Amino acid sequence: MPESKETRERILQIASIIIEELKLEEITPESFDPDLDLVDELGVDSMDLATVALVLQDEYGVFIDEDDYPKLKTVRLIAEYLQSRLQGRKGKDA
Amino acid sequence: MQTVSTLLDQDWYERYKAISRLNIRSSIYDVTNQCNLRCKGCFFFSSDEHKAAPEEEDVTRWEAFVDREQARGVNLAILIGGEPTLYLDRVEAFYRRLPTYCATNGLIKIPRERFPGMMVGISLWGDEEDERLLRGKDAFAVSSRNYAGDPDTYYLYTITPRQLGRTERIIRKIADTGLKVHMQLLSNDEEVDGFSWTPSQLADIRVEMDAMLESYPKTVISCRYYHEIITTGRMLGRPFAWNECPSVTEPLDDRNPRPKRLIRFIRWAADLKTMHRCCTSATRDCTTCKDGAAHMSWVMVNKRAHMRSAKDLQNWIEVYEMFAKLYRFIPW
Repeated sequence: MPESKETRERILQIASIIIEELKLEEITPESFDPDLDLVDELGVDSMDLATVALVLQDEYGVFIDEDDYPKLKTVRLIAEYLQSRLQGRKGKDA
Repeated sequence: MQTVSTLLDQDWYERYKAISRLNIRSSIYDVTNQCNLRCKGCFFFSSDEHKAAPEEEDVTRWEAFVDREQARGVNLAILIGGEPTLYLDRVEAFYRRLPTYCATNGLIKIPRERFPGMMVGISLWGDEEDERLLRGKDAFAVSSRNYAGDPDTYYLYTITPRQLGRTERIIRKIADTGLKVHMQLLSNDEEVDGFSWTPSQLADIRVEMDAMLESYPKTVISCRYYHEIITTGRMLGRPFAWNECPSVTEPLDDRNPRPKRLIRFIRWAADLKTMHRCCTSATRDCTTCKDGAAHMSWVMVNKRAHMRSAKDLQNWIEVYEMFAKLYRFIPW
């Protein structure tokens, strides 16, 4: 199923945060493979993830539990995780 | 952009994947302020850390404390001292709850029926002559009898400058006991005469450590890159120093900018309330610190910095594997 415009924008935003926070070179949000395994391929460690998670929390206003870090394996999975947290919040607000 | 799989061939990539998600969260615990030896150069006593806090004597409080540590996310308890084996009930409080490594001088035999599989590291400071000079007795003569053939025990051999040219005899003795050995260097906090390293001695011992690894691959748990780091005090051109050390107690870490560091790491005093600054003495000069675990951790927390080339990343993998073997996250 093709991804929605909203999902695509979120993926680009997450990629941009990762590039910025981890000071990655030779890559842009557009060229960032959303399915690239952040640990197995990019060499991201838990301190990197914590750094990125803090920025995502500020950006999206959701709490990211450290126990959930293992789920955040790719940019796409982070986007889906944020989506579910945001929907959960909307559900509670409704 | 460099990725792990573009840098590594399939064998190295598999080795990387075996360790990349281990997520080791260690902390260090002073089990007691007491020891049955007084070694010259021991940071714990030379810097009066044994006086930092009284000991908690109620073992139920130790048990509750370890439960809290587990809840805090610690998954590796490193027990140091004083001499932890003086209080096996406290050691047991950890062992029953967490993967536990117990440092000891080996004079007291840990009963294996009570602690099956617990990792034990026996301190060793050289040959008979140096052990007597620095520790007052030849501790190896006792520890090797107590632990010969133990599959979960290794020697932590602290090499001093006086042992240049003499390490092979010690490694061979350890091999003969059926144990493994990991090497580190004396920091000489007490500035014992003749035990401080010169640059040329450090260069020479690096060659010797490499040769020991080459000659005794089934006995020595080490790697060449670790030898380079520990003897030069440099990693990827950066000198080891306070602003680089990963093993600083997290709640006391006010460094800005904060370097890559061990997450949740705390070194606790034996009152279970007081925290020490770092994994070793707060009075130690970080620029001359030779602490092996701190240097290993320094490499380990700087993974992406090692993604400059295949060789750099392979070096990182070897150091991480070494650490994981020493604390039994992967087999020897």
